[in-house]
Amino acid sequence: MKNKLETIINGVKFKNPIIAASGCYGFGREYNELYDISLLGGISSKGLTLEPRQGNKGIRIWETASGMMNSVGLQNPGVHRFIEEELPWMRKHDTVIIANLGGSLIEDYIEGINLLNKTEVNMIELNISCPNVKTGGMALGIKADIAFEAVKLCKQASKKPLMVKLSPNAENIIEMAQACEAAGADSLSLVNTFNAMAVDVRNKKAVFNNTYAGLSGAAIKPIALRMVHQVCKNVKIPVVGLGGIYTLEDILSFIMVGATAVQVGTANFNEPNILPTLIQQLEQYCEEEKLNHISDIQGII
Amino acid sequence: MEYYQSEIIFNQEIAPDIFLMEVTRNKEEIEPGQFFMLKTWRDELTLMRPISVYNVLPKQVQFMYRVAGKGTELLSNAKPGDAIQLLGPLGTGFPYKEVHGEIALLGGGIGIPPLFETAKKLKALNNKLTVYLGFKKELFAIDDFAGVADHLFIASEEGEEGYRGFITDLLRPEKFDAVFTCGPEVMMEKVWRMCKEKQVPVWLSMERRMACGIGACLGCNCDTIHGTVRACKEGPVFSGDVLVF
Ligand SMILES: Cc1cc2nc3c(=O)[nH]c(=O)nc-3n(C[C@H](O)[C@H](O)[C@H](O)COP(=O)(O)OP(=O)(O)OC[C@H]3O[C@@H](n4cnc5c(N)ncnc54)[C@H](O)[C@@H]3O)c2cc1C
Ligand SMILES: Cc1cc2nc3c(=O)[nH]c(=O)nc-3n(C[C@H](O)[C@H](O)[C@H](O)COP(=O)(O)O)c2cc1C
Ligand code: FES
Repeated sequence: MKNKLETIINGVKFKNPIIAASGCYGFGREYNELYDISLLGGISSKGLTLEPRQGNKGIRIWETASGMMNSVGLQNPGVHRFIEEELPWMRKHDTVIIANLGGSLIEDYIEGINLLNKTEVNMIELNISCPNVKTGGMALGIKADIAFEAVKLCKQASKKPLMVKLSPNAENIIEMAQACEAAGADSLSLVNTFNAMAVDVRNKKAVFNNTYAGLSGAAIKPIALRMVHQVCKNVKIPVVGLGGIYTLEDILSFIMVGATAVQVGTANFNEPNILPTLIQQLEQYCEEEKLNHISDIQGII
Repeated sequence: MEYYQSEIIFNQEIAPDIFLMEVTRNKEEIEPGQFFMLKTWRDELTLMRPISVYNVLPKQVQFMYRVAGKGTELLSNAKPGDAIQLLGPLGTGFPYKEVHGEIALLGGGIGIPPLFETAKKLKALNNKLTVYLGFKKELFAIDDFAGVADHLFIASEEGEEGYRGFITDLLRPEKFDAVFTCGPEVMMEKVWRMCKEKQVPVWLSMERRMACGIGACLGCNCDTIHGTVRACKEGPVFSGDVLVF
């Protein structure tokens, strides 16, 4: 039987188009205790920075109507320890490994890429959109001309396929996507979290030490879907869609508006075994709809 | 750790806004001080809720919780026979096998529940147990603790029974080989300082907002001398030697 879900992005073969989103899945170790992570199309690692980071102080999680906010602040072991301690473990599993790379200085991104070039990661996902690190992430992902320069330099350095993860906080999402494409991005993923805020009225102060935090989950899905639709209509490179995906219908929506694959983040917290469930439902859908391949419905809207 | 659906056996209000819930469980080993992520909903709320293990029975597990907001309110509406999703057991509990002799357990308010299973386990290993329970007003769980404690002290800030004031006023750490505590952070910080001063080993169960509960999201940051760690994985119980207040 032909595999109806197998998906190729930038020459990298995914078993299925369902990928665990960065920051919601660690390096896969914890969820692997619940099910075999080899069933996934891929895993996008926790956002890495060149040097280890302790992340933000204070409250990091705040539930909202149909979603949540986070202000983790890129707590991670750094690229070196990722390569030494996490990657060998991840590599033992038969799934695509995407190193999600964040940072605050362009030189750090380049050095991170140089290190990752020498490893067995399948792809690099460039996070130019993390709203939590005061210095860098935000600025890079907001203005198209700044993103263009950064992506160009990263692309020159990268020997791995380069997926650029866009922020929905970009001034103009279409111009941003086109700028990244023109700078040499091999593919795009969107969206990262929306810049948002919560107030602790009892204590009369902002909930988060950084005042603003990133909104994710079902609440953002309709906007994420609109943005993925707009971007798919305006670039030629593959687009991976995410933002509030919980159900089979959500996945189908993103594919129908043009996404080649999808990522699932926050929904893992709501339903810890959601990924195997969704993969199985997507397989079943292809059978029931008598599709030759899931891409038959890609971009039909 | 497992994720599974189980069934509610009973779910009763034992004091104003305090519920005791018993559910069926799988055969997993549960350590005292560990917790489960729970939910009885699908879409109403984004996150499951962390609740400590109160009492482990051969085929059931009991949770004791306070209705604090929407999630615990939904939990409190569940009826016997209803389904409930369990993810757990999670985290690192109290090191009850590492301590011996005269042990104090000090709980404040809704920090009391994780201490009951801990008390049972300590008692089974022939330790001498002194239990300190602090309440705002209404008491709960007293009878259960009276059944395992060698000495039981009760304090209530506004209530009629026991000592009137903070439970920490009654604690004499120097009398003990180890102290285990759970409750409001200000209370635990006090206990931590008192124990440090008398050089008595102390373990504290920390409460943090949690999204995944299993160590994947890094949302439950706790400051220690080794840097930021996860309350859901390295904790919730930490040695007083590593915590930083
Ligand atoms: C390891 C651990 C064990 C716990 N054990 C118990 C227990 O045995 N009994 C009990 O009554 N409570 C316990 N709690 C606290 C309990 O998880 C919260 O009271 C509960 O999540 C509140 O949810 P809510 O929807 O009712 O309140 P809301 O305030 O509406 O919750 C909104 C969000 O904030 C989070 N939240 C709110 N208050 C707290 C809090 N104090 N701590 C952590 N997260 C919070 C919720 O999980 C949710 O994501 C424990 C917490 C932790 C971390
Ligand atoms: C707790 C948490 C941590 C996250 N950390 C990262 C990160 O390190 N790097 C990144 O690119 N995105 C990060 N994200 C964003 C997600 O990967 C995703 O883009 C976003 O949450 C929207 O998808 P969702 O609604 O399915 O969660 C994080 C999200 C959450 C909730
Ligand atoms: S709650 Fe996700 S890491 Fe602790």
